[in-house]
Order: sequence, then C-alpha cells, then structure tokens
Amino acid sequence: MFLTSQFKTNLKKNLQPLNLIPQVFLILLIVYIIYFFSKNTEINLVSRNLNFGFDFLSNNAGFDIQFSLINYDGSSSYAKSYLVGLLNTLLVAFFGIIFATILGFIVGISRLSTNWMLNKLSLIYVELFRNLPLILQIFFWYFVVIRSLPSTEKSVIILNFLIINLQGFYIPKFIFSNFIFIFYGFIVAIAVTFFLKYYATKVFYESAKIIPVFKIFLILVIIFPIIFALLGDVKITIEYPKLVKNFGIFNYLGGVKLVPEFLALLFSLSLYTSAFIAENVRAGILAISKGQKEASKSLGFNNSQTLKLIVIPQALRVIIPPTTNQYLNLTKNSSLAAAIGYPDLTGVFAGTALSQTGKAIEIIFIVMMTYLTISLIISIILNWYNKKIALVER
Amino acid sequence: MENLKIWLKKNLFSNWYYSLITIFILYVLFSTIPTFLDWAFFKATFLGNAKSDCKSGGACWVFIKVWFDKLIYGFYPEKDLWRVNLTFLTLIFSISLAFFVKEKFRIYILFFIIFIFPFIGFILIRGGFGLDQVETRVWGGLALTFMLTFFGIIFAFPLGVLLALGRRSELPVFRYFCIVFIEFWRGIPLITVIFAAAIMFPLFIPANANVDKLLRVAIGISIFESAYIAEVVRGGLQSLPKGQYEAAKSLGMGYWKMNFLIILPQAIKTVIPGITNTFIALFKDTPLIILVGLLELLGMVNLAKSNSYWLGFAVEGYVFVGIIFWVFSYLLSRYTQSLEKKYSVEKR
Repeated sequence: MFLTSQFKTNLKKNLQPLNLIPQVFLILLIVYIIYFFSKNTEINLVSRNLNFGFDFLSNNAGFDIQFSLINYDGSSSYAKSYLVGLLNTLLVAFFGIIFATILGFIVGISRLSTNWMLNKLSLIYVELFRNLPLILQIFFWYFVVIRSLPSTEKSVIILNFLIINLQGFYIPKFIFSNFIFIFYGFIVAIAVTFFLKYYATKVFYESAKIIPVFKIFLILVIIFPIIFALLGDVKITIEYPKLVKNFGIFNYLGGVKLVPEFLALLFSLSLYTSAFIAENVRAGILAISKGQKEASKSLGFNNSQTLKLIVIPQALRVIIPPTTNQYLNLTKNSSLAAAIGYPDLTGVFAGTALSQTGKAIEIIFIVMMTYLTISLIISIILNWYNKKIALVER
Repeated sequence: MENLKIWLKKNLFSNWYYSLITIFILYVLFSTIPTFLDWAFFKATFLGNAKSDCKSGGACWVFIKVWFDKLIYGFYPEKDLWRVNLTFLTLIFSISLAFFVKEKFRIYILFFIIFIFPFIGFILIRGGFGLDQVETRVWGGLALTFMLTFFGIIFAFPLGVLLALGRRSELPVFRYFCIVFIEFWRGIPLITVIFAAAIMFPLFIPANANVDKLLRVAIGISIFESAYIAEVVRGGLQSLPKGQYEAAKSLGMGYWKMNFLIILPQAIKTVIPGITNTFIALFKDTPLIILVGLLELLGMVNLAKSNSYWLGFAVEGYVFVGIIFWVFSYLLSRYTQSLEKKYSVEKR
C-alpha cells in the first residue's frame, strides 16, 4: 500500500514538465548516440570487408599459448583461447590476492610495532611500492630481476624442491590417483565443522563454555582428507623436474614450470597491492579505541581473548571493505600482463585474437563484459558481507 | 649517552624477539646498502657522452644524460622545445603564484588555469597562429605524461561532479543512467579502455572524421577517471547534513543554484584528499598508453633500452623513471595528508 502510494507520488513528480522534459531529452540523446555509432559502424565494417558476429569464436585460433592450465594447441577454437586467458587471469589474481593479503597484514602490523627499525622499514616499504606505477614495477621484475637470474646450467636449487633459473621457476608436480577422495575428505571436514559450529553456539549460550571450533577445524581439515585418502587407495607420485640435454642445450623437463612472465606479474601485483592493504590494516587497528581494550580487560578477558574477541572482530569491520576493493583492483590490474606477454584474458584475447581476426568490437565487448562480471560478483559479495558485519545501532 | 642507551633498549631491544628482528634487519641493510651505493654513486659513471665511457662497473648515468632530451620531450622537434618549456613554466608559475596570493585572487588564477591556459598550451605545443604544426605522434616523454595528467584533471573533474550529482538526482532516468555509467567504467580495467579508444572507437565515427589517437586515448582515460571522481564526490555529498539542502531550498534557490553555491563547495572541500588520490592514480596510470604505441616517459625508456647501441642499461632507465614518478606521487600524497589533517582540525 505504502509502496504504491509512493510510486504514484513519484510518477506524478516525474510527469511535471520541468522534470519530464530533461529526462526525455536524455533518453533521446542516448538513443541518437547509439544510432549514430551503430550506423557508422555498419558503414565502416562494409568498407573494410568485415562483418559483425560472434561466429568466429568456433573457428580455429591457430596460435599457440605458452602457458595454459587446460589442454590447448593451435587447432583449438577462439572460444577455447578465451577460456585459457580467463583461467590465466584468475590464476594470477588468486595467488596475487593470497600473497598480497599475507604481506599486507605482516607489513601493516609491523607499521604499528614498537621496534623502531621494523616500524621505519615497513613505512619505507609502503611508501616505495604504492608510489611507483605498477607497470614500471612489472617491467622491473621482468626485464631486470628475472633477467639477472642464473642460466639453466647454473640453476639455484633449493632443497630439491624449487629450481630457479632464467627460464622460470620449477617445482615438483604432485600427481594423485583417485584425487576425488581427498576432495570428499575436505567436504566432510567442512560439513562436520558446520555442525560443530552450530553446536558450539548452542553450548555457548546455554552454559557459557567455549569450544575452540577453529582449532578443531584445522585438525579435521588435515585428518579427514588423509583418512579418505587411505580408504580410497590414493597414491601420490612426485614428478621432479629433470635436467635434460637436447641438441646441446640444457633444459629442465617435467614438474611444474612457472614462466617468468607469470612470476614477474605475480610478484609485482602482490607487492604493489600489499602496500595498500598494509595501510588498511594499520588504519583498522588504529581505529579501535583504547577504551575497548580496557573494557575487555576489566571484564576479565586475558590478552589473547581481548585480541580474538574484541580487537580483531572490530578491526576487521574497518579493514575488510577497502581490502576487498584492493582485491578488485588487483584483478583488474592483472590485465597489465599484456605489457610483458603473459597470456591473460587481455593479452590473449584483446591482443593476439583481436589482431588475427580484426573483430575489434566483438572482442573488446567480450573482454569488458568479463571483467565487469568479475567486478560485479566481487562487489555483490562485498556488499553482502558489509551488511552482515555492519554495526547494529539501537 | 645514557639517553641513547634507554632509547635503544626501548625501541630496538625491548625483548628477545625484537632484538633478533633488529639484528636481522641490520644484517640485511649492511649487506645490501653498500652494494647499492657503490653501484649508484661511487662506482657509477656520470661524465662522458658514449657507452664506451662506462667502464667502472657501476651505474652508467651517461645513458640517461645522452637520452635526456628524448626522455623529457619525446621526438618533439629540437628547435621548438622552447614551446613545451614555456607551456610548463607558465603552468608551474601560475600554480605557485596561487599559493602566495590572497584567497580573493586565487579564484582568478584557478579560472586562468582551467579555462584559458589549456588553449594557450594547446596552441603552443600543437602549433598554429604562425607556429609550426607539430604532429601528436612526435609528442612523448615526461612532457606527454604531464599533458595527459593535466588534461585528465581538467576534463575528468567537472564530468565526475556532474555524474555524482546525477547519481543523487531525484529524476530516475538521470539517476539510473549515472549509476550504470559509473559502475560500468569502474568495473573494467583501464587497459581495455585504452584498447577500445585506440582500436574500437574509430569504427564508431564516420571514416572521414579523423580523431587523433592521442586525443581518443586521453578522452578514454579522462572518462575512466571521472567515474572514480564521481564516487569520491558522492561521498562528500552524502556527508552533508540534510539541513543544508533544506536551508538552501527555503531561501528559494533552484536545483543548480543550490548545488553550485551551497552543496558542492562544502562537499568538494571535504573530499579534496580523495580527489587528489584519484589524480595520483591517474598520474601513475599514464604509462599504460605504451600498449597502444604512445611513448610517454616509461615508453621512451623502453625504447632507449632496446636501442641496439645502448643495450643493457634497463636498470638505470627504470631507476630514473622510478625516481621521477615516486617523487611526484609521494609529494602529492604528503600534501593530501596535510590537507586531511588541516580539515580534521577545522571540523573540531
């Protein structure tokens, strides 16, 4: 009832000529611009012997991508090259977010340390990395740092686990048979934790006893996959990278190879974003007033309880929204990969595929829509979370 | 002496793990800083004009010296460099003048910078009125970085303010248009905007309308940044109490008068730090135009370092670019912080 009456007043307001005319004018303007652009596009496409359409996606791409998570070769379709690019973008964004968060929290907490040297060093870290253009940092990692690594024959080998040379980083590949059982183990561990959490909340309100759910979860998440692996007869084979001489050239084969482009992008994105996250973390912790800690002490909480139950939950409320924004920026910034040839969505699709097909409108449309979708998904999650943790004021 | 001991005890060695951290940091600093200083200063070559002068094993700053003009001005004709210099000197002079004159006159200087200077600068750099025409494809280097940033500020700021007003408008068509517009530009990476401006946009306009590539990219970047400015300004608008709107309306002010005389002056003042941060971001983003073949400072360094005669001086080039970008962004962000402090004091 209220809604309809409000709708009616709004409608009445909008139908007043002073309000109506500019709105109609804007709609006409937008329609005209769209008409103008599409007409020009039609003429331009005809004069260039091109046609509009997305059917090129099923054609043979005919180019190779040197770093791919799925099986891809020159005979695959453009649609598949899109998928390779998207997965590469998500891969670098995923690991970038993890590293940036860890580094950001370490540096942000160090910024508040009473150790003078640690404090100043983290200040220098933040000011250095956030005031330099990201693309410069990417170039520096790619053209300077990684180019100065030793050659294949003189590789740095750390504990037979990590091999570092000019060609990139090599790590052993873990091959699981019946991998699905380990996955089941994870699922069961998470499900049990959910029930436990429910039970713990009940116990807490009934008898004020605290069950350490998170610690139990950490144990379960290790134990269940192992039990399931034993039950399901999972075998692990470790494939180490091996030095092979081929046509007089040394090369490492086998294992997982991380190409220099990926590493340069990952390092620079993580460091750049971590400087911003560090500032968020610092601001979040500073936002908690001293009174909160004193109040918690006077309620009889000890130091770790104060930190866990009073400081961190409130600080996270301040830290998380801007940090999620940084995650969004990191994902969008991963498109700078195109500058050093890491085959991400922009590099593969808006770079190679576009120059091969000349389908500028279609391809740039697809790429923009993809990033837009990723951004929207992240901001929907952010808004949902924000609402959940927002301060409930009475 | 006693004070020093207390200071050390309190700030560096207050407990065993802080002592360990201090010692570890000292070790790292002592093993890296001398090497770096040796490279950058003590073993570096500053004098000379050719690659052969660099034999000492340290940094070869001769590389920067030889390429200096190119790094600053791009391929702008040498005999016309005074035009670029004059433009930037005028800008620097008018900005610094704004800091010294009384508040009353500041508005005239601002008016000059925003409405008159861009035309003078454009004619000086581009040519016309008796000056030789200089094509935009020879523009480059640090001058181009500054030009793009300046253009972005002049263009993106008013657009951003209008978008912010539109987003809070009571008229649904304007509101939804602004929401979609802002969220679209904020949701895509700048690179796709630059690609679209350089490759896709020419298809949208009549074939005979020849819009310069640099101009297309500059407009693309400006629209992109305007969406971010709009969100910052919206924050300022939201922070104003409702009473300000009601007071303006009760004085009989219309929509535009209310916004431009009462609301915006207050709203923008509170978000100046946020706006400056957006411009720092814009400044740091300008090198992305390398991807469509426009060579500003970083692009010129990339070109210089891959010159077959000057191979192997990437580090010197990047350090030079880094110092320039770092100094400007750092100073701007410090200025922002001081503004933030000033306003938070005023509010109290």
